[in-house]
Amino acid sequence: MAMLEVTDLHVYYGVIHALKGLSFQVEKGEVVALIGANGAGKTTTLQTLTGILPAKRGKILFEGQDITKVPAHKIVEMGIAHVPEGRRVFSQLSVYDNLRLGAFTRKDKVEIEESLSMIYRRFPRLEERKNQKAGTLSGGEQQMLAMGRALMSRPRLIVMDEPSMGLSPIYVNEIFDIIKVVSEGGTTVLLVEQNAKKALSIANRAYVLETGNIIMEGDAQQLLHDEKVQKAYLGE
Amino acid sequence: MNFSTFMSFVSYLKDGISLGAVYAIIALGYTMVYGIAKMLNFAHGDVIMVGAYISLTMMTKTGAPPVVALLVAIVGCTLLGVTIEFVAYRPLRKASSPLAVLITAIGVSYLLQNLALKIFGAGPESIRDEQKIISGSPVVLFNGQLAISRITILIVICIIIIMCALTWFVNRTRRGHAMLAVSEDRDAAQLMGVNVNGTISLTFAIGSALAAVAGVLLFSAYPSLTPYTGSMPGIKAFVAAVFGGIGSIPGAMIGGILLGIIENLAKAYIPSGSQVSDAIVFAVLIFVLLIRPAGLFGKNIQEKV
Repeated sequence: MAMLEVTDLHVYYGVIHALKGLSFQVEKGEVVALIGANGAGKTTTLQTLTGILPAKRGKILFEGQDITKVPAHKIVEMGIAHVPEGRRVFSQLSVYDNLRLGAFTRKDKVEIEESLSMIYRRFPRLEERKNQKAGTLSGGEQQMLAMGRALMSRPRLIVMDEPSMGLSPIYVNEIFDIIKVVSEGGTTVLLVEQNAKKALSIANRAYVLETGNIIMEGDAQQLLHDEKVQKAYLGE
Repeated sequence: MNFSTFMSFVSYLKDGISLGAVYAIIALGYTMVYGIAKMLNFAHGDVIMVGAYISLTMMTKTGAPPVVALLVAIVGCTLLGVTIEFVAYRPLRKASSPLAVLITAIGVSYLLQNLALKIFGAGPESIRDEQKIISGSPVVLFNGQLAISRITILIVICIIIIMCALTWFVNRTRRGHAMLAVSEDRDAAQLMGVNVNGTISLTFAIGSALAAVAGVLLFSAYPSLTPYTGSMPGIKAFVAAVFGGIGSIPGAMIGGILLGIIENLAKAYIPSGSQVSDAIVFAVLIFVLLIRPAGLFGKNIQEKV
Protein backbone atom coordinates (compact mmCIF):
# COMPACT_ATOMS: atom_id res chain seq x y z
CA MET A 1 0.00 0.00 0.00
CA ALA A 2 1.31 3.42 -0.97
CA MET A 3 1.68 6.11 1.71
CA LEU A 4 -0.46 8.50 -0.30
CA GLU A 5 -3.00 7.28 -2.82
CA VAL A 6 -4.99 9.78 -4.84
CA THR A 7 -7.73 8.34 -7.01
CA ASP A 8 -9.82 10.13 -9.64
CA LEU A 9 -9.61 13.55 -7.97
CA HIS A 10 -11.88 16.28 -9.33
CA VAL A 11 -11.68 19.86 -8.04
CA TYR A 12 -13.58 22.94 -9.18
CA TYR A 13 -12.94 26.65 -8.72
CA GLY A 14 -16.50 27.86 -9.12
CA VAL A 15 -17.33 26.67 -12.63
CA ILE A 16 -13.72 26.03 -13.65
CA HIS A 17 -12.84 22.34 -13.66
CA ALA A 18 -9.30 22.60 -12.26
CA LEU A 19 -8.47 18.94 -11.65
CA LYS A 20 -10.03 16.45 -14.02
CA GLY A 21 -9.68 13.05 -12.44
CA LEU A 22 -6.15 12.98 -11.11
CA SER A 23 -4.69 9.70 -9.85
CA PHE A 24 -1.21 9.24 -8.41
CA GLN A 25 0.65 7.61 -5.54
CA VAL A 26 3.57 8.43 -3.31
CA GLU A 27 5.44 5.56 -1.68
CA LYS A 28 6.97 5.88 1.76
CA GLY A 29 10.48 7.33 1.60
CA GLU A 30 10.15 8.66 -1.95
CA VAL A 31 10.67 12.12 -3.35
CA VAL A 32 7.92 12.63 -5.92
CA ALA A 33 7.71 15.71 -8.13
CA LEU A 34 4.66 17.18 -9.83
CA ILE A 35 5.79 19.29 -12.74
CA GLY A 36 3.91 21.29 -15.31
CA ALA A 37 3.24 24.75 -16.61
CA ASN A 38 1.41 27.55 -14.81
CA GLY A 39 -2.25 26.70 -14.34
CA ALA A 40 -1.73 22.96 -14.81
CA GLY A 41 -3.22 22.29 -11.37
CA LYS A 42 -0.12 21.64 -9.28
CA THR A 43 -0.94 24.01 -6.42
CA THR A 44 -4.60 22.99 -6.56
CA THR A 45 -3.55 19.38 -6.08
CA LEU A 46 -1.54 20.15 -2.96
CA GLN A 47 -4.22 22.43 -1.51
CA THR A 48 -6.82 19.71 -1.98
CA LEU A 49 -4.56 17.14 -0.30
CA THR A 50 -4.24 19.28 2.82
CA GLY A 51 -7.89 20.27 2.98
CA ILE A 52 -7.71 23.92 1.96
CA LEU A 53 -9.76 23.22 -1.16
CA PRO A 54 -12.65 20.73 -1.22
CA ALA A 55 -12.65 17.80 -3.63
CA LYS A 56 -15.77 17.45 -5.73
CA ARG A 57 -15.12 13.80 -6.50
CA GLY A 58 -12.43 11.24 -5.86
CA LYS A 59 -10.54 9.84 -2.94
CA ILE A 60 -7.37 10.67 -1.02
CA LEU A 61 -5.94 7.93 1.18
CA PHE A 62 -3.06 8.65 3.54
CA GLU A 63 -1.54 5.62 5.26
CA GLY A 64 -4.76 3.82 4.48
CA GLN A 65 -7.04 6.46 6.03
CA ASP A 66 -9.52 8.41 3.94
CA ILE A 67 -8.58 12.09 4.35
CA THR A 68 -10.65 13.47 1.46
CA LYS A 69 -13.02 15.34 3.77
CA VAL A 70 -10.69 16.04 6.69
CA PRO A 71 -10.50 19.83 7.36
CA ALA A 72 -7.14 21.56 6.85
CA HIS A 73 -6.44 22.13 10.54
CA LYS A 74 -6.69 18.39 11.31
CA ILE A 75 -4.36 17.30 8.51
CA VAL A 76 -1.17 18.31 10.33
CA GLU A 77 -1.94 16.05 13.24
CA MET A 78 -2.33 13.12 10.85
CA GLY A 79 1.28 13.57 9.74
CA ILE A 80 1.20 15.78 6.64
CA ALA A 81 2.88 19.20 6.61
CA HIS A 82 2.40 21.71 3.82
CA VAL A 83 4.99 24.32 2.82
CA PRO A 84 2.77 26.72 0.89
CA GLU A 85 3.53 28.60 -2.29
CA GLY A 86 5.03 31.99 -1.55
CA ARG A 87 6.30 30.70 1.86
CA ARG A 88 3.49 32.42 3.81
CA VAL A 89 5.53 32.90 6.97
CA PHE A 90 3.89 35.01 9.69
CA SER A 91 5.82 38.17 8.94
CA GLN A 92 4.84 40.07 12.10
CA LEU A 93 5.94 37.23 14.37
CA SER A 94 9.50 36.31 15.29
CA VAL A 95 11.32 33.42 13.65
CA TYR A 96 11.03 31.56 16.96
CA ASP A 97 7.27 32.13 17.21
CA ASN A 98 6.86 30.95 13.62
CA LEU A 99 8.67 27.72 14.45
CA ARG A 100 6.61 27.27 17.60
CA LEU A 101 3.43 27.65 15.55
CA GLY A 102 4.73 24.81 13.38
CA ALA A 103 4.48 22.62 16.48
CA PHE A 104 1.01 23.97 17.32
CA THR A 105 -0.63 20.54 17.47
CA ARG A 106 2.11 18.97 19.57
CA LYS A 107 1.89 18.89 23.33
CA ASP A 108 5.18 17.53 24.65
CA LYS A 109 7.35 20.49 25.60
CA VAL A 110 10.61 18.54 25.85
CA GLU A 111 10.20 16.95 22.44
CA ILE A 112 9.24 20.30 20.91
CA GLU A 113 12.48 21.77 22.27
CA GLU A 114 14.39 18.85 20.74
CA SER A 115 12.77 19.47 17.36
CA LEU A 116 13.62 23.13 17.67
CA SER A 117 17.31 22.47 18.26
CA MET A 118 17.26 19.98 15.39
CA ILE A 119 15.83 22.70 13.11
CA TYR A 120 18.41 25.19 14.36
CA ARG A 121 21.20 22.68 13.57
CA ARG A 122 19.83 22.20 10.09
CA PHE A 123 19.20 25.92 9.50
CA PRO A 124 21.84 27.80 11.55
CA ARG A 125 20.71 31.08 10.03
CA LEU A 126 17.29 30.69 11.63
CA GLU A 127 18.90 30.40 15.04
CA GLU A 128 20.97 33.54 14.42
CA ARG A 129 17.78 35.38 13.58
CA LYS A 130 15.39 33.70 15.97
CA ASN A 131 14.24 36.95 17.59
CA GLN A 132 13.89 38.84 14.34
CA LYS A 133 10.47 39.34 12.76
CA ALA A 134 10.04 36.83 9.94
CA GLY A 135 9.12 39.65 7.58
CA THR A 136 12.64 41.03 7.81
CA LEU A 137 14.25 37.83 6.46
CA SER A 138 15.40 37.48 2.87
CA GLY A 139 13.38 35.32 0.48
CA GLY A 140 15.71 32.37 0.87
CA GLU A 141 15.69 32.62 4.65
CA GLN A 142 11.91 32.83 4.62
CA GLN A 143 11.81 29.66 2.54
CA MET A 144 14.04 27.95 5.10
CA LEU A 145 11.74 29.20 7.85
CA ALA A 146 8.67 27.88 6.02
CA MET A 147 10.37 24.49 5.71
CA GLY A 148 11.57 24.52 9.31
CA ARG A 149 8.09 25.49 10.46
CA ALA A 150 6.60 22.56 8.55
CA LEU A 151 9.20 20.15 9.95
CA MET A 152 8.32 21.28 13.49
CA SER A 153 5.14 19.20 13.23
CA ARG A 154 7.33 16.12 12.68
CA PRO A 155 5.52 15.13 9.48
CA ARG A 156 5.80 11.75 7.82
CA LEU A 157 4.88 13.40 4.51
CA ILE A 158 5.89 16.93 3.61
CA VAL A 159 4.36 18.62 0.58
CA MET A 160 6.20 21.62 -0.83
CA ASP A 161 4.79 24.12 -3.26
CA GLU A 162 7.35 25.92 -5.46
CA PRO A 163 10.09 26.12 -2.82
CA SER A 164 12.56 27.67 -5.28
CA MET A 165 10.21 30.36 -6.61
CA GLY A 166 11.75 33.83 -6.72
CA LEU A 167 15.04 32.78 -5.13
CA SER A 168 18.55 33.58 -6.32
CA PRO A 169 20.44 30.64 -7.91
CA ILE A 170 22.58 30.16 -4.80
CA TYR A 171 19.53 29.80 -2.61
CA VAL A 172 17.84 27.53 -5.15
CA ASN A 173 20.73 25.08 -4.84
CA GLU A 174 20.68 25.35 -1.06
CA ILE A 175 16.95 24.71 -0.87
CA PHE A 176 17.24 21.61 -3.05
CA ASP A 177 20.12 20.36 -0.92
CA ILE A 178 17.89 20.78 2.12
CA ILE A 179 15.07 18.84 0.45
CA LYS A 180 17.53 15.99 -0.10
CA VAL A 181 18.56 16.08 3.55
CA VAL A 182 14.92 16.12 4.66
CA SER A 183 14.25 13.10 2.48
CA GLU A 184 17.34 11.25 3.76
CA GLY A 185 16.11 11.96 7.28
CA GLY A 186 13.14 9.68 6.54
CA THR A 187 10.45 12.16 5.58
CA THR A 188 8.56 11.44 2.38
CA VAL A 189 8.46 14.43 0.02
CA LEU A 190 5.88 15.51 -2.53
CA LEU A 191 7.24 18.44 -4.46
CA VAL A 192 5.61 20.87 -6.86
CA GLU A 193 8.05 22.85 -8.98
CA GLN A 194 8.22 25.00 -12.06
CA ASN A 195 11.97 24.47 -12.04
CA ALA A 196 11.40 21.03 -13.55
CA LYS A 197 15.06 20.31 -14.19
CA LYS A 198 16.01 20.82 -10.55
CA ALA A 199 12.98 18.94 -9.31
CA LEU A 200 13.64 15.95 -11.55
CA SER A 201 17.28 15.90 -10.52
CA ILE A 202 16.41 15.16 -6.89
CA ALA A 203 13.13 13.22 -7.33
CA ASN A 204 12.72 9.46 -7.57
CA ARG A 205 9.58 9.68 -9.65
CA ALA A 206 7.55 12.45 -11.26
CA TYR A 207 4.17 13.21 -12.76
CA VAL A 208 3.67 15.74 -15.54
CA LEU A 209 0.46 17.76 -15.27
CA GLU A 210 -1.28 19.58 -18.05
CA THR A 211 -4.60 21.44 -17.58
CA GLY A 212 -5.78 19.28 -14.75
CA ASN A 213 -4.67 15.93 -16.13
CA ILE A 214 -1.61 13.77 -15.67
CA ILE A 215 -0.15 13.35 -19.13
CA MET A 216 3.05 11.51 -18.24
CA GLU A 217 4.56 9.72 -15.31
CA GLY A 218 7.63 7.77 -14.55
CA ASP A 219 11.13 7.56 -13.22
CA ALA A 220 12.55 11.07 -12.72
CA GLN A 221 15.79 10.35 -14.54
CA GLN A 222 13.86 8.96 -17.52
CA LEU A 223 11.62 12.02 -17.67
CA LEU A 224 14.65 14.26 -17.40
CA HIS A 225 15.96 12.73 -20.61
CA ASP A 226 12.61 12.39 -22.35
CA GLU A 227 12.55 14.48 -25.51
CA LYS A 228 8.99 15.67 -25.09
CA VAL A 229 9.53 16.70 -21.48
CA GLN A 230 12.75 18.46 -22.38
CA LYS A 231 11.03 20.42 -25.11
CA ALA A 232 7.97 21.40 -23.09
CA TYR A 233 9.35 21.92 -19.60
CA LEU A 234 13.10 22.02 -19.57
CA GLY A 235 13.51 24.66 -22.25
CA GLU A 236 15.98 22.68 -24.30
CA MET B 1 -3.37 79.75 36.09
CA ASN B 2 -4.13 79.57 39.79
CA PHE B 3 -4.34 76.38 41.78
CA SER B 4 -8.10 76.03 41.72
CA THR B 5 -8.45 76.42 37.94
CA PHE B 6 -5.61 73.89 37.61
CA MET B 7 -7.45 71.49 39.92
CA SER B 8 -10.62 71.85 37.91
CA PHE B 9 -8.61 71.01 34.80
CA VAL B 10 -7.24 67.92 36.55
CA SER B 11 -10.77 67.01 37.51
CA TYR B 12 -12.01 67.23 33.89
CA LEU B 13 -8.97 65.28 32.80
CA LYS B 14 -9.71 62.57 35.37
CA ASP B 15 -13.33 62.30 34.22
CA GLY B 16 -12.07 62.09 30.65
CA ILE B 17 -9.71 59.26 31.52
CA SER B 18 -12.51 57.43 33.29
CA LEU B 19 -14.91 57.74 30.35
CA GLY B 20 -12.08 57.01 27.93
CA ALA B 21 -11.10 53.86 29.79
CA VAL B 22 -14.63 52.53 29.25
CA TYR B 23 -14.35 53.40 25.55
CA ALA B 24 -11.03 51.57 25.57
CA ILE B 25 -12.57 48.39 27.00
CA ILE B 26 -15.22 48.48 24.28
CA ALA B 27 -12.66 49.38 21.61
CA LEU B 28 -10.60 46.32 22.52
CA GLY B 29 -13.52 44.16 21.44
CA TYR B 30 -13.82 46.01 18.14
CA THR B 31 -10.14 45.90 17.43
CA MET B 32 -9.63 42.21 18.28
CA VAL B 33 -12.59 41.11 16.18
CA TYR B 34 -11.37 43.30 13.33
CA GLY B 35 -7.81 42.04 13.66
CA ILE B 36 -8.76 38.38 13.65
CA ALA B 37 -12.10 38.00 11.88
CA LYS B 38 -11.42 40.97 9.55
CA MET B 39 -14.89 42.39 10.10
CA LEU B 40 -16.46 45.38 11.83
CA ASN B 41 -18.92 44.07 14.35
CA PHE B 42 -21.32 46.98 14.58
CA ALA B 43 -23.49 45.04 17.01
CA HIS B 44 -20.67 45.21 19.57
CA GLY B 45 -22.06 48.36 21.21
CA ASP B 46 -25.43 46.71 21.71
CA VAL B 47 -23.84 43.78 23.52
CA ILE B 48 -22.81 46.38 26.14
CA MET B 49 -26.44 47.35 26.56
CA VAL B 50 -27.47 43.68 26.89
CA GLY B 51 -24.77 43.22 29.55
CA ALA B 52 -26.12 46.16 31.55
CA TYR B 53 -29.70 44.83 31.30
CA ILE B 54 -28.63 41.33 32.36
CA SER B 55 -26.88 42.66 35.46
CA LEU B 56 -29.81 44.97 36.29
CA THR B 57 -32.32 42.13 35.90
CA MET B 58 -30.24 39.83 38.08
CA MET B 59 -30.14 42.43 40.85
CA THR B 60 -33.82 43.42 40.73
CA LYS B 61 -35.35 39.99 40.12
CA THR B 62 -33.10 37.73 42.18
CA GLY B 63 -31.55 40.24 44.55
CA ALA B 64 -28.09 39.07 43.53
CA PRO B 65 -25.20 41.26 44.73
CA PRO B 66 -23.61 43.47 42.04
CA VAL B 67 -20.53 41.28 41.64
CA VAL B 68 -22.62 38.16 41.00
CA ALA B 69 -24.78 40.16 38.57
CA LEU B 70 -21.61 41.22 36.74
CA LEU B 71 -20.42 37.62 36.45
CA VAL B 72 -23.79 36.53 35.06
CA ALA B 73 -23.65 39.44 32.59
CA ILE B 74 -20.17 38.32 31.47
CA VAL B 75 -21.35 34.74 30.91
CA GLY B 76 -24.51 35.94 29.16
CA CYS B 77 -22.69 38.32 26.83
CA THR B 78 -20.00 35.76 26.03
CA LEU B 79 -22.69 33.28 24.95
CA LEU B 80 -24.49 36.02 23.04
CA GLY B 81 -21.32 37.08 21.20
CA VAL B 82 -20.38 33.53 20.23
CA THR B 83 -23.95 32.84 19.11
CA ILE B 84 -24.12 36.01 16.99
CA GLU B 85 -20.86 35.03 15.30
CA PHE B 86 -22.03 31.47 14.69
CA VAL B 87 -25.51 32.29 13.42
CA ALA B 88 -25.05 35.60 11.62
CA TYR B 89 -21.41 36.04 10.60
CA ARG B 90 -19.90 32.60 10.06
CA PRO B 91 -22.19 31.65 7.16
CA LEU B 92 -21.05 34.83 5.40
CA ARG B 93 -17.33 34.31 5.94
CA LYS B 94 -16.77 33.13 2.39
CA ALA B 95 -19.18 35.66 0.86
CA SER B 96 -17.69 37.42 -2.13
CA SER B 97 -18.24 40.91 -0.71
CA PRO B 98 -17.19 42.02 2.79
CA LEU B 99 -20.23 44.31 2.72
CA ALA B 100 -22.52 41.31 3.30
CA VAL B 101 -21.24 40.72 6.82
CA LEU B 102 -21.07 44.47 7.56
CA ILE B 103 -24.73 44.91 6.68
CA THR B 104 -25.59 41.82 8.71
CA ALA B 105 -23.79 43.33 11.71
CA ILE B 106 -25.91 46.48 11.41
CA GLY B 107 -28.96 44.23 11.25
CA VAL B 108 -27.90 42.36 14.39
CA SER B 109 -27.44 45.72 16.11
CA TYR B 110 -31.05 46.72 15.39
CA LEU B 111 -32.28 43.25 16.32
CA LEU B 112 -30.68 43.50 19.77
CA GLN B 113 -32.04 47.03 20.31
CA ASN B 114 -35.56 46.00 19.29
CA LEU B 115 -35.50 42.85 21.38
CA ALA B 116 -34.44 44.92 24.39
CA LEU B 117 -37.22 47.39 23.63
CA LYS B 118 -39.73 44.53 23.55
CA ILE B 119 -38.47 42.89 26.74
CA PHE B 120 -37.48 45.87 28.90
CA GLY B 121 -39.45 48.76 27.41
CA ALA B 122 -38.07 52.13 26.37
CA GLY B 123 -36.81 52.96 29.87
CA PRO B 124 -34.82 54.69 31.07
CA GLU B 125 -33.92 52.35 33.91
CA SER B 126 -31.85 53.53 36.82
CA ILE B 127 -30.14 51.82 39.73
CA ARG B 128 -29.86 52.57 43.41
CA ASP B 129 -26.46 53.36 44.86
CA GLU B 130 -26.02 49.95 46.47
CA GLN B 131 -26.73 48.27 43.13
CA LYS B 132 -23.72 49.92 41.56
CA ILE B 133 -20.72 47.69 41.11
CA ILE B 134 -18.94 49.90 43.62
CA SER B 135 -20.46 52.56 45.86
CA GLY B 136 -19.43 54.78 48.72
CA SER B 137 -18.16 58.30 49.05
CA PRO B 138 -15.52 59.61 46.65
CA VAL B 139 -11.87 59.78 47.56
CA VAL B 140 -11.08 63.43 48.32
CA LEU B 141 -7.64 64.91 47.67
CA PHE B 142 -6.06 68.35 48.04
CA ASN B 143 -8.39 69.61 50.79
CA GLY B 144 -11.51 68.84 48.79
CA GLN B 145 -10.24 70.41 45.56
CA LEU B 146 -10.30 67.06 43.79
CA ALA B 147 -12.82 64.29 44.33
CA ILE B 148 -12.31 60.96 42.61
CA SER B 149 -15.32 58.68 42.63
CA ARG B 150 -14.78 55.04 43.46
CA ILE B 151 -16.20 53.95 40.11
CA THR B 152 -13.51 56.02 38.38
CA ILE B 153 -10.82 54.25 40.38
CA LEU B 154 -12.37 50.86 39.63
CA ILE B 155 -12.59 51.65 35.90
CA VAL B 156 -8.93 52.59 35.76
CA ILE B 157 -7.94 49.45 37.66
CA CYS B 158 -10.08 47.37 35.30
CA ILE B 159 -8.50 48.75 32.13
CA ILE B 160 -5.00 48.16 33.51
CA ILE B 161 -5.81 44.56 34.45
CA ILE B 162 -7.56 43.91 31.12
CA MET B 163 -4.68 45.40 29.17
CA CYS B 164 -2.06 43.33 30.97
CA ALA B 165 -4.12 40.14 30.73
CA LEU B 166 -4.80 40.55 27.01
CA THR B 167 -1.19 41.39 26.21
CA TRP B 168 -0.04 38.35 28.14
CA PHE B 169 -2.66 36.11 26.54
CA VAL B 170 -1.96 37.15 22.96
CA ASN B 171 1.83 37.15 23.20
CA ARG B 172 2.51 34.35 25.64
CA THR B 173 -0.08 31.62 25.20
CA ARG B 174 -0.64 29.02 22.52
CA ARG B 175 -4.19 30.21 21.80
CA GLY B 176 -2.92 33.78 21.65
CA HIS B 177 -0.33 32.83 19.07
CA ALA B 178 -3.05 31.06 17.12
CA MET B 179 -4.93 34.39 17.09
CA LEU B 180 -1.91 36.24 15.78
CA ALA B 181 -1.45 33.59 13.10
CA VAL B 182 -5.11 33.72 12.02
CA SER B 183 -4.93 37.52 12.02
CA GLU B 184 -2.02 37.46 9.61
CA ASP B 185 -2.80 34.56 7.31
CA ARG B 186 -5.85 32.37 7.76
CA ASP B 187 -4.82 29.63 5.32
CA ALA B 188 -1.27 29.42 6.64
CA ALA B 189 -2.67 29.23 10.20
CA GLN B 190 -4.82 26.27 9.18
CA LEU B 191 -1.76 24.54 7.78
CA MET B 192 -0.24 24.82 11.28
CA GLY B 193 -3.25 22.98 12.69
CA VAL B 194 -5.01 26.09 13.99
CA ASN B 195 -8.80 25.81 13.95
CA VAL B 196 -9.75 29.14 12.38
CA ASN B 197 -13.44 28.99 13.27
CA GLY B 198 -12.62 28.12 16.86
CA THR B 199 -10.13 30.96 17.09
CA ILE B 200 -12.65 33.46 15.74
CA SER B 201 -15.27 32.18 18.22
CA LEU B 202 -12.79 32.68 21.04
CA THR B 203 -12.16 36.23 19.87
CA PHE B 204 -15.87 36.99 19.92
CA ALA B 205 -16.11 35.42 23.37
CA ILE B 206 -13.35 37.66 24.75
CA GLY B 207 -14.68 40.80 23.05
CA SER B 208 -18.22 40.17 24.32
CA ALA B 209 -17.07 39.40 27.86
CA LEU B 210 -15.25 42.75 27.81
CA ALA B 211 -18.42 44.39 26.50
CA ALA B 212 -20.30 43.06 29.53
CA VAL B 213 -17.69 44.54 31.86
CA ALA B 214 -17.90 47.85 29.99
CA GLY B 215 -21.70 47.79 30.18
CA VAL B 216 -21.77 47.29 33.93
CA LEU B 217 -19.08 49.93 34.53
CA LEU B 218 -20.82 52.41 32.25
CA PHE B 219 -24.19 51.85 33.91
CA SER B 220 -22.64 52.31 37.36
CA ALA B 221 -20.92 55.53 36.29
CA TYR B 222 -23.89 56.91 34.30
CA PRO B 223 -26.99 55.23 35.73
CA SER B 224 -29.45 55.60 32.91
CA LEU B 225 -30.18 52.58 30.75
CA THR B 226 -32.30 52.36 27.59
CA PRO B 227 -32.15 49.93 24.66
CA TYR B 228 -30.14 52.57 22.80
CA THR B 229 -27.57 53.15 25.56
CA GLY B 230 -24.92 50.98 23.90
CA SER B 231 -25.13 52.52 20.50
CA MET B 232 -23.29 55.83 21.02
CA PRO B 233 -20.47 54.45 23.22
CA GLY B 234 -20.19 51.66 20.67
CA ILE B 235 -19.68 54.08 17.81
CA LYS B 236 -17.23 56.15 19.85
CA ALA B 237 -15.28 53.05 20.78
CA PHE B 238 -15.15 52.20 17.09
CA VAL B 239 -13.78 55.70 16.47
CA ALA B 240 -11.27 55.11 19.28
CA ALA B 241 -10.16 51.83 17.72
CA VAL B 242 -9.66 53.47 14.32
CA PHE B 243 -7.98 56.44 15.99
CA GLY B 244 -5.48 54.16 17.74
CA GLY B 245 -5.02 51.98 14.65
CA ILE B 246 -7.63 49.29 14.19
CA GLY B 247 -6.28 45.83 14.89
CA SER B 248 -3.81 47.08 17.51
CA ILE B 249 -4.44 46.32 21.19
CA PRO B 250 -2.38 49.20 22.65
CA GLY B 251 -3.89 51.40 19.94
CA ALA B 252 -7.41 50.66 21.18
CA MET B 253 -6.42 51.45 24.73
CA ILE B 254 -4.63 54.75 23.96
CA GLY B 255 -7.27 55.71 21.37
CA GLY B 256 -10.09 55.13 23.87
CA ILE B 257 -8.49 57.14 26.64
CA LEU B 258 -7.50 60.02 24.34
CA LEU B 259 -11.02 60.11 22.97
CA GLY B 260 -12.52 60.30 26.45
CA ILE B 261 -10.15 63.11 27.41
CA ILE B 262 -10.84 65.10 24.23
CA GLU B 263 -14.59 64.68 24.67
CA ASN B 264 -14.56 65.79 28.30
CA LEU B 265 -12.22 68.74 27.83
CA ALA B 266 -14.29 69.88 24.85
CA LYS B 267 -17.40 69.78 27.01
CA ALA B 268 -15.64 71.79 29.71
CA TYR B 269 -13.72 74.42 27.81
CA ILE B 270 -15.42 75.01 24.49
CA PRO B 271 -18.50 77.26 24.53
CA SER B 272 -21.62 75.12 24.24
CA GLY B 273 -19.14 72.23 24.23
CA SER B 274 -21.54 69.61 25.47
CA GLN B 275 -23.67 70.11 22.36
CA VAL B 276 -20.76 69.82 19.96
CA SER B 277 -18.44 67.43 21.84
CA ASP B 278 -19.44 64.50 19.61
CA ALA B 279 -18.74 66.55 16.51
CA ILE B 280 -15.34 67.47 17.94
CA VAL B 281 -14.56 63.81 18.57
CA PHE B 282 -15.26 62.96 14.95
CA ALA B 283 -13.36 66.01 13.72
CA VAL B 284 -10.30 64.83 15.65
CA LEU B 285 -10.67 61.40 14.07
CA ILE B 286 -10.76 62.88 10.57
CA PHE B 287 -7.74 65.00 11.37
CA VAL B 288 -5.72 62.04 12.68
CA LEU B 289 -6.66 59.89 9.71
CA LEU B 290 -5.57 62.62 7.30
CA ILE B 291 -2.12 62.66 8.89
CA ARG B 292 -1.83 58.98 9.77
CA PRO B 293 -4.24 56.95 7.66
CA ALA B 294 -3.52 53.77 9.61
CA GLY B 295 -4.22 55.42 12.99
CA LEU B 296 -1.76 56.20 15.76
CA PHE B 297 -0.46 52.65 16.27
CA GLY B 298 -1.62 51.13 13.02
CA LYS B 299 0.81 49.61 10.61
CA ASN B 300 0.38 50.26 6.93
CA ILE B 301 -1.48 47.38 5.30
CA GLN B 302 -0.47 44.69 7.78
CA GLU B 303 -2.70 44.42 10.80
CA LYS B 304 -1.78 43.22 14.23
CA VAL B 305 -4.24 41.69 16.61
